[in-house]
Amino acid sequence: MTDALAHALAGILVAGVPLVLATLGETLTERAGVINLSLDGTILLAAMSAFAVSFSSNNAWLGLTAAVGVGCLAAAVLAVVSLLFNRSQLAIGFILTLLWRDLAYFLGHPYARQQGAQLPVWTIAGIKDLPFLGVVLGQQTPVVYFSLFLIPFSWWWLCRTRAGLRLRAVGEDPRAAYVRGIWVVGTRILYTLLGGALVGLAGGAYSLAVKPGWGRPQGAEGAGWIALAIVIFGGWHPLRAAFGAYLFAALQVVSIQLQDAFPAIPAPIFQVAPFPVMILTLLLVNIGDIGWLHDLSLRQPWLRRWLQRLQVRAPAALGQDFQPEEDS
Amino acid sequence: MRTFRGVAYRTGQVFAPVVLAVIVTSILLAVSGAPPLQTLAILLQGGIGSAAKLALSASVWVPLTLCSSALLFTFAAGLWNIGVEGQIILGAIMATGFLRLFPEGGSVLWIGGALLAGMLGGAFWALLSGLLRTWGRVHEIFSGLGLNFVALGLTLYLIFGPWKRPGIASMSGTEPIAPSFWLASYLNLPCSPVSLLLALVCLAVVAVLLGRTRWGLRLKAVGQNPNAALLVGLEPNRRILEAMAVCGAVAGLAGALQVVGVYHRLLPAISSQYGYTALLVAMLASYRVGLIPIICFFFAVLTVGSIQLPLQLQLDSSLSGVIQGCLVLAFFLVQGIEAKLRMQWGRS
Repeated sequence: MTDALAHALAGILVAGVPLVLATLGETLTERAGVINLSLDGTILLAAMSAFAVSFSSNNAWLGLTAAVGVGCLAAAVLAVVSLLFNRSQLAIGFILTLLWRDLAYFLGHPYARQQGAQLPVWTIAGIKDLPFLGVVLGQQTPVVYFSLFLIPFSWWWLCRTRAGLRLRAVGEDPRAAYVRGIWVVGTRILYTLLGGALVGLAGGAYSLAVKPGWGRPQGAEGAGWIALAIVIFGGWHPLRAAFGAYLFAALQVVSIQLQDAFPAIPAPIFQVAPFPVMILTLLLVNIGDIGWLHDLSLRQPWLRRWLQRLQVRAPAALGQDFQPEEDS
Repeated sequence: MRTFRGVAYRTGQVFAPVVLAVIVTSILLAVSGAPPLQTLAILLQGGIGSAAKLALSASVWVPLTLCSSALLFTFAAGLWNIGVEGQIILGAIMATGFLRLFPEGGSVLWIGGALLAGMLGGAFWALLSGLLRTWGRVHEIFSGLGLNFVALGLTLYLIFGPWKRPGIASMSGTEPIAPSFWLASYLNLPCSPVSLLLALVCLAVVAVLLGRTRWGLRLKAVGQNPNAALLVGLEPNRRILEAMAVCGAVAGLAGALQVVGVYHRLLPAISSQYGYTALLVAMLASYRVGLIPIICFFFAVLTVGSIQLPLQLQLDSSLSGVIQGCLVLAFFLVQGIEAKLRMQWGRS
């Protein structure tokens, strides 16, 4: 029994890798006040690039590097058009998600359904022989270990360092940050690129480890949108966002199991299951703002405490552009 | 002299994005080893090369035009209705469901009933998104997108479940509707004049409703500044729901027309991603009704022409999407550069 649980946890860790990476990347970007709506397309483009490069060079590490580079470049387009030239972040992000997806399908056409290199599985000697943990953590791909390292690291960076403080200042009150001498646009561009790099890594993890290979559809479709929703569910906080990502990964693992258990129910039902859940989780984090419930919670302290725990607040300047030239 | 500069300026505004998009596309084609000129020729020939191909482009133009003009309502109200795709699908599902009530065929009037059912379905799906936004504070991007996937799942469930063809359940769709419910087409071309007429009527209605009525003005006021609109008693939440419902109804009509006019059955790909493309069109048209039919025609030609790419050049048909995306992106980039330059000139 414990063995089955350990295997399930190991599976959730694997399935969660792309979601955790993309969610943490987008959390950092959004904390700087920038919405990158192009996640879904970027993940596909990075997945394609990772596979194409590792297929051509027979080196998965080179593929992973390519994915990071592509993610960075994809975010750079958003940064240039919407941060330097002040076009709507939502509009550009949406255009890019379609553009990157189609570009991935177009350029990836020759690589569809081929056998390519995959990331190696690392065996951690010290952990492998432990009873329960050994099954969960003993033998995993490097991206799993990296994602596990990134969760506390991004929290530390965001909440405990000077750089993180500057990053949050830029997302909360860019004017004040500007007056304090922080280069607002530069900081935003930096974290857009950094977030894009992590999203790219998420794409690479898909095609090199989680759902190896490339095809149309790849199987990563929709993941970027779910990651965007998890950022909200996570209240723009790395630890809570990572928790949300694993929750959705667990849902995916369970839905595959359920599919085997109930062959009579058509497979598409399980495939779309994450999306209503996505809507419901967003409803849940906003539930404290709903009129009558809010009024009720004012009279019932226990309800208020619970609602406050669920509730999230977006960075105040999220999605707004900032033009230092305009104010004096 | 001034008018000449004005004309030159306008022309530059239009052509700069086009030139940019052509350059980017040519580079892409060169990278993937395809001859750029020949590819573009195949695209155009595939889209307008013959009467049948032109009619095929027209059959793409109809749903694109309907959905793009429908989006003007939600954009006017300041909404990001990404759920058009799902609203098309629900329209198609409702229309198919309605016509399945008459397996033996029947009066032509029932086609009208199917179109109405489709509009109701689309409006219902859009209202779900709208209610989630006004009541549940879920952003319409997420509710819309989530509902798109739910609608797709529903279609697949129907095709493989209750509505499956006797014996064979496959991705090829449900049993065709009775032939008496197929929209009449001219000379057996793949596009019905009725659909074309409906799309034109829709354009006119949108232009009048948004440009000439008090209701349109209110929508725009809500879109411009929801807080101010609340204070002056414009009831933003009600306007949001109205805009959503109207937009969804038109998208649902597009879906119903896909059933009665094009495929005559429910397919998994019934919406053909027109909902997403329509968002690009609306943005490229800068939310002006007059430009929508022109851009939709261009996009429709690209879409139909790209079907030839895998056959003739072993390229993926998603090239049309790449060109469309590049074009809209280049448009925003040129607009941004222009604004930046103007600001600098203004200061010096």
